[in-house]
Amino acid sequence: MKDKDREKFPELVDGKAVIDLDSQKFLKVWQGPQHPGVTGNISLEVTLSGDEVVDLKTHVGYLHRGFEKLMERRKYLQCFTIVCRICVPEPDTNEYVFAAATEQLAGITIPEKAKWLRTLTLEMARLASFLMWIGGQAGALGMGTIAQWTVAQRDYILDLFEELTGGRVYHMYIVPGGVRGDIPDGFIEHVEKVMKGVEKVLYDVDIALLNNAIFKMRAKGLGYISKDMVDEYGIVGPNARAAGLARDIRKNSPYLIYDQLDFKVITGTKSDALERTFIRFQEMVQCVSLIRQIINKMPKNGDYHTRIPNPLHWKIPAGETYVRAEASRGEYGYYMLSDGTEYPRRVQVRGPSYTHAIAVLEKLAIGTNLADLAALMVSLHTCPPEIER
Amino acid sequence: MNDILKRLSERFPVSNIVHQRENMVFVTLQKINSIPCISYLKEFEGFTHLVMLAAVDFIEDGIFQLTYILHNYKLHTDIGIRVKIEREHPVMESIHTLWAQARTYQQELKEMFGIDFPGSPGIDEPFLLEGWQNIPPMRKDFDTLKYSQETFFPRPGRKSYDPQKYMKQKLYPDKEPE
Repeated sequence: MKDKDREKFPELVDGKAVIDLDSQKFLKVWQGPQHPGVTGNISLEVTLSGDEVVDLKTHVGYLHRGFEKLMERRKYLQCFTIVCRICVPEPDTNEYVFAAATEQLAGITIPEKAKWLRTLTLEMARLASFLMWIGGQAGALGMGTIAQWTVAQRDYILDLFEELTGGRVYHMYIVPGGVRGDIPDGFIEHVEKVMKGVEKVLYDVDIALLNNAIFKMRAKGLGYISKDMVDEYGIVGPNARAAGLARDIRKNSPYLIYDQLDFKVITGTKSDALERTFIRFQEMVQCVSLIRQIINKMPKNGDYHTRIPNPLHWKIPAGETYVRAEASRGEYGYYMLSDGTEYPRRVQVRGPSYTHAIAVLEKLAIGTNLADLAALMVSLHTCPPEIER
Repeated sequence: MNDILKRLSERFPVSNIVHQRENMVFVTLQKINSIPCISYLKEFEGFTHLVMLAAVDFIEDGIFQLTYILHNYKLHTDIGIRVKIEREHPVMESIHTLWAQARTYQQELKEMFGIDFPGSPGIDEPFLLEGWQNIPPMRKDFDTLKYSQETFFPRPGRKSYDPQKYMKQKLYPDKEPE
């Protein structure tokens, strides 16, 4: 920033902005906890000079339900009704990571079929999460129609989840030792039918959104993330890949059966909101391909669950671990510490929004136009429940 | 990973090394050596990604265990640095100068466990809880049931039943209760 541009910004004392509201140069407004788009319940304390953001502070705490504390008083199996609620749009990643951490501490290996079924649910959840996100991204820039198309397709994926697991939003399908059930009859045909519908909508979205002049003009250059920022701020997932870093846990440290699937890590260069939209859009197309690969290659027979001790009297050996997976928003991980009893001693969740919605957003918002702030938030794909577990 | 551990143990007194899996290891360090060790891992061994900063309350031993999990993107390995600090007046050196995102973790740990990180930006501001008057809620000695009974009151007209007796009464209404 040039020094002469600095005039309209607050004075910096010890690196902190001193905002004198009595000077009438600045206006403080609160945005949220309800937002245009699908960013969830966080509040932004915005200081404006004209319509330009000069300072921003994220306030969280609207969704705090004390999940981590609750888990300390529940047995490992009972925690599954809690962990899925940590992220509403994509609960399966939580279930998988919690189950994988438990299995690792208990020394359990799961059958091959269970690995395929887990991967199938993870990819379906990723696609559902992206479909909801792109609706929010378009909505934040004034195109509500896109959300009508994509959220409808997400609903069809939720139908598939209902058929497979019995639950639409929260599935509790992945449990220690494998999954709760095999695929029902006719499920593969239903998946193929939904994927065809998703492909058709993605084609429409490509024309209507990604080639829209207004969308391109507003998203271009918005929220630029430099490569240096990525490690300093712990930026992960599509936000890091848009900055040109090929970081994808599915490829770098393959888990489940991702090493048997054919896909490449999609990276960009420009690292702004538009590039992040392109990256996520390509990942949606990739998701459809991955789901098709899984249903074609999945073994027809075999156990989907291995025998585990009585889960209500199951003492997990003492130890600690950290297990991660690639969610739609980036690295999702659980730190779990067992003291050898039936209850976890400590479970801590690492959600990608923990950094994206607080430290990163507060940095990127400076200098942004107020009208673009919602689009910036959505372009980081934040999900507040994972901040305040 | 073994080479890194060898170089690390030459420089710092690491103990209690646990190979959790092929590409993940946990080590314990004394409080005084921990931040120099984390800086060394970041600057010289390529552990540039701070995955998380977790705290565990070991009330029976009178200590908090802080676990810094770092990730190396080139080797795709993780290292967990365990640091044990006293539970009475817990203070730890801040790492916000190494990673800007660390201040959020530290702010949360101050609020939820009462662990102070002097110098960390916004450390005394509330993170999730507004106007919290009790002891930090993630500590093991915080009684959640007692807190909820003292703070919240049952809705008038609401009845609560013992599930076992209620279902027996509902399923077998003719049977005399035991």
